[in-house]
Amino acid sequence: MANALAPQKNMTIGEGGLSLALVGLAILSIVIAAKAYTPEYAFHAYLFAAASIAAVFAVINRYFERPAERPALVNADGRPNYNMGPVKFATIAAVFWGIAGFAVGLYIALELAFPGLNFAQWFNFGRLRPLHTSAVIFAFGGNVLIATSFYVVQRTCRARLAGDLAPWFVVLGYNFFILIAGTGYLLGITQSKEYAEPEWYSDLWLTIVWVTYFLVFLGTIMRRTEPHIYVANWFYLAFIVTIAVLHLGNNATVPVSIFSPKSYIVWSGVQDAMVQWWYGHNAVGFFLTAGFLAIMYYFIPKRADRPVYSYRLSIIHFWALIFLYIWAGPHHLHYTALPDWAQTLGMTFSIMLWMPSWGGMINGIMTLSGAWDKLRTDPVLRMMVVSVAFYGMSTFEGPMMSVKIVNSLSHYTDWTIGHVHSGALGWVAYISFGAIYCLVPWLWNRRLYSLKLVNWHFWISTIGIVLYITAMWVSGILQGLMWRAYTSLGFLEYSFVETVEAMHPFYVIRALGGFLFLCGALIMVFNLWKTVNSEAVAGEAELQLQPAE
Amino acid sequence: MAEEHKQIDPITGTATTGHEWDGLRELNTPLPRWWLWLFYLTIVWAIGYWIVYPAWPLIHNSTQGLFGYHSRDAVVEDLDALHAQRGPMMAKLGSATTAEILADPQLLDFARAQGRVAFADNCAPCHGAGGGGTKGYPNLNDDDWLWGGKIADIEQTIRFGARAGNDQGRQGNMPPFTGVLKPAEISNVADYVRSLSGLSTEAGADLAAGKKVFADNCAVCHGDNAKGNRELGSANLTDRIWLYGSDKEAIVDGIEKGHGGVMPTWDGRLSEPVIKSLAVYVYSFGGGEK
Repeated sequence: MANALAPQKNMTIGEGGLSLALVGLAILSIVIAAKAYTPEYAFHAYLFAAASIAAVFAVINRYFERPAERPALVNADGRPNYNMGPVKFATIAAVFWGIAGFAVGLYIALELAFPGLNFAQWFNFGRLRPLHTSAVIFAFGGNVLIATSFYVVQRTCRARLAGDLAPWFVVLGYNFFILIAGTGYLLGITQSKEYAEPEWYSDLWLTIVWVTYFLVFLGTIMRRTEPHIYVANWFYLAFIVTIAVLHLGNNATVPVSIFSPKSYIVWSGVQDAMVQWWYGHNAVGFFLTAGFLAIMYYFIPKRADRPVYSYRLSIIHFWALIFLYIWAGPHHLHYTALPDWAQTLGMTFSIMLWMPSWGGMINGIMTLSGAWDKLRTDPVLRMMVVSVAFYGMSTFEGPMMSVKIVNSLSHYTDWTIGHVHSGALGWVAYISFGAIYCLVPWLWNRRLYSLKLVNWHFWISTIGIVLYITAMWVSGILQGLMWRAYTSLGFLEYSFVETVEAMHPFYVIRALGGFLFLCGALIMVFNLWKTVNSEAVAGEAELQLQPAE
Repeated sequence: MAEEHKQIDPITGTATTGHEWDGLRELNTPLPRWWLWLFYLTIVWAIGYWIVYPAWPLIHNSTQGLFGYHSRDAVVEDLDALHAQRGPMMAKLGSATTAEILADPQLLDFARAQGRVAFADNCAPCHGAGGGGTKGYPNLNDDDWLWGGKIADIEQTIRFGARAGNDQGRQGNMPPFTGVLKPAEISNVADYVRSLSGLSTEAGADLAAGKKVFADNCAVCHGDNAKGNRELGSANLTDRIWLYGSDKEAIVDGIEKGHGGVMPTWDGRLSEPVIKSLAVYVYSFGGGEK
């Protein structure tokens, strides 16, 4: 059969098992598609079938083309044989979904300013809003996290990514989840839980992908050749584990039927609200904070070429953050049916979170001690440092807004939207842009096309962010004050629609801010495109990269 | 183990921890004092807050806190204060008839202040911010009333609605005439109706035939003189005010398919004083009849 001199080529258990599982999934999907209660669900089932079949072909094709031996863990020169293919894919996906998410955000901002833009059911605010939030948080942010975590864990553990097909399964499976979630929103499939809108079958799929992600990450840490685990990896691991727990808790639903997209949540009433915001707030705490702090802990010291400011601070603020964040969710439910004691705990733990959050900010910014001059010359580093400053600002604003007396004014107003976006645009997106500007040249072994364009990106989008958050502060506080204004006779001074009318100019300014932010991101896409299409840097190869798989 | 690898960072003069990952090192800088003290301060503040407010769950209840605070009590207190502020006038409003409200300037001011916001929150979505109406939703500023413009009529329409399934509400539909009348008859009667308010008619329209159709089919509700009947809510067709549009196409469409716009019943959804305030507010738009 096989040549006696060449090592025998066998299909691995992973290859065979995955192919069989995917064939099974394809058959199941086709059966579901045939008997689905709604055409939208049938469409999703067909997508599952098509993706499974395509994946089986890809796995088998790869089997025939790969060498008989499994990829070496270490290259001939003794350096680890890093697996950067999935990192590259996730980086490209992040940029793609980022642009899509920002563009949808701009559109819904315009819908709020000019309601006539809600012209068809697929494009009304109610369906596009979750499309925007999921696209920026889970599609853009998620791909940035997967890309950077797979990169950082390999580099700081000096070990090849665990698993052969598994990293690809994580990256492709995650993006398939995004496809199902996004098309579902447009078609009207939702379980109406904020930031957890996808229905039960998407949730199940994400669970499988996420557990695989956890195993790949943990497996890589376990095969590390460094004695200690770098701080970034603590944060990544905390993010991956906690998101898994949150996802399972908040999506505990009972489907109507396997042939129906609809399911019912097992929690009810105020308990459902509490579980929802335990999930929602920790999606902020662990997805948008812990994960991105991990990015900060690798990319800022790397780019600044300086040691991390304080190991002691990192260890204290890490554990404080992990312990305290999980309690803070009830501050989303002040003055509701939630028991007073839970509101108290939510608020006090939010206040106690202030310093642990600032510990991260201090460690990020002070890492530049001795390298402040680089802020003048390196716009990528400047972007990341400004992002940490925004992190500091929004982690002060958050605890402040969690105080009940402040919350009674700010809750349900645009102030919340402004707060979220100072974190999302200023912190999460900026640290991501910084990491992407570092990663793309490293991964493709190129020089960044233009630092000048990064500078333009920085200034245009910074003006956009400032316009966005100041407009929302003003409109939010105005809105809150109008809602609570009473006449001397004891009647509300303003009708609801009058408060909506008063928001109009600020909604226009907000849309302008979003437009500038999108423009900045498009400049980045152009810059990255030119970078990847430039000539490889010979001799300066910093990374021992395996050819993209 | 790491001790011997420790280096002093030349720029800050601080020792590193001795570990290195992919070229990254960590300084062993102590915790900033201000940071640590602020952290302690927030913890102390939180503990203090737990002592005075309800905080930690127990088996059947939770710790109650020294202040005896309960958010439901706080709401009740606020509402009581509001009721106390509005109280005397509200009580007067509740017992007075709408006619009495109109006669008492102080009470009228109070009712209109309440009516303004209540109208904007409940009525404006259909009738428009200033009560100007739109296609299918009557203008409340003019003196053309389907169900009557006296204060008692307006109050009854608001309270029980029109065609909303309430027995005391306004009843009566414009029935569809498709199948009852031939297309040519519908066309003629539409032209005839337009001619009643001096609008142009189509060339070749048989107005005499239209008049005959009107007399046989429409006059029973709209009256021989086409001026409508408030008992039935039938529109006055001679006054150039058109709820569904004056062009022939709209009129033909109305005759073919009929009309039956719904005004919701507000009885039970809005309180007695609010309904009265709304009646007075709408009455005072300018079209109210004595």
